[in-house]
Amino acid sequence: MKLNTNSNAYIIIYSAIMVLIVAFLLAFVSQTLKPMQDKNVALDTEKQILNSLNLRGLSDDEAHATYEKIVKYDEAQNVYVCTLENGDVKYVLPLKGQGMWGGISAFLAIDSDKNTVYGAYFNHESETAGLGAEIKDNANWQAKFQGKKIFADETKETLALSVEKAVNNETTVDAVTGATVTSTAVSKMLRDQLAKYMDFLKN
Amino acid sequence: MALFSKQNKEAFTNPLNLDHPILVQVLGICSALAVTSQLKPAIVMGLAVTVITAFANVIISIIRNTIPTRIRIVVQLVVVAALVTIVSQILKAYVYDVSVQLSVYVGLIITNCILMGRLEAFAMQNKPWPSFLDGVGNGLGYAMILVIVGAVREFFGRGSLLGFQIIDCKDFNNGMMTMPAMALILVGIVIWVHRAYFYKEK
Repeated sequence: MKLNTNSNAYIIIYSAIMVLIVAFLLAFVSQTLKPMQDKNVALDTEKQILNSLNLRGLSDDEAHATYEKIVKYDEAQNVYVCTLENGDVKYVLPLKGQGMWGGISAFLAIDSDKNTVYGAYFNHESETAGLGAEIKDNANWQAKFQGKKIFADETKETLALSVEKAVNNETTVDAVTGATVTSTAVSKMLRDQLAKYMDFLKN
Repeated sequence: MALFSKQNKEAFTNPLNLDHPILVQVLGICSALAVTSQLKPAIVMGLAVTVITAFANVIISIIRNTIPTRIRIVVQLVVVAALVTIVSQILKAYVYDVSVQLSVYVGLIITNCILMGRLEAFAMQNKPWPSFLDGVGNGLGYAMILVIVGAVREFFGRGSLLGFQIIDCKDFNNGMMTMPAMALILVGIVIWVHRAYFYKEK
């Protein structure tokens, strides 16, 4: 018997079966690979946090071992408390914001005075390579954050850390050339998200 | 049955020269420009497209007589989308850093014109084995250009190949090469060389 492959019933049954098969296949693959993917994502986050502490270029194993040794996550305040090898305590604040094409995020490491920036690492989902993506790729630009102050003065009333075009002083970092929107977004992220840490930063 | 009859050989070798998907048909340019700023993602992308084209071709070819003509594009799309999702999951699990670099482009393989083109033009009319060869041929043809452009851009843009520093100077960064515009010019040059020296009009 030759099936009429153009009848409506055939088309409906055909597509239903096809979709079922594909759905089960994808669910199976996704479930099998999930543990490994989660591990990769977790390791990537650990590396980003270490980057913000100026511990860059570590291999996967080194990074994981170092992270286990020096970083503790304080869930109540959403802060990573890090004890460096020389005994100094640094705090790493995770920040999230909206870039030009997608989300941007950062880990900002600060000294125990909760004012001086110790290091910073920025990440993005889909900024333009060579322009906005420089916030992630350009380690020299990230290094400019070192030693900057979060607050305008010692009273810790006003947040001041920002990114601005052609300004480079105690609280301001020069923007990335050709990436005005992304730079402004970084600035906005710093202001908005640091505001949420006011209680933590003031004490 | 001859596995490597003249016809089968042509199915494999034509896309490498006379019917080259990028150089002659000028398909799949979008991703060729986007992922070639370094060699490693270019190679991974080339392999991913090769694997997906080959297997999509085989699957479509096996079920080609059962596919209702009216929804054949949908069926092709579902097969490709499923394969792409699987490949992207595998990349995420085994080579995470590359999958981050390729970001959206792995997902965009679904819309890569080479794939749909081969399914529609070849796999729908041919048996699985020639379809497989055709898929591998087209994938390799695509990968070849990606590797050439990727190697040139990484070498002249960053002074390295596959991440190994070859020209030793600190923070060497030639923006002209790493920006997408240069990929377009390089692909243009490759097409020109191909037309001038390798391509013979039938």
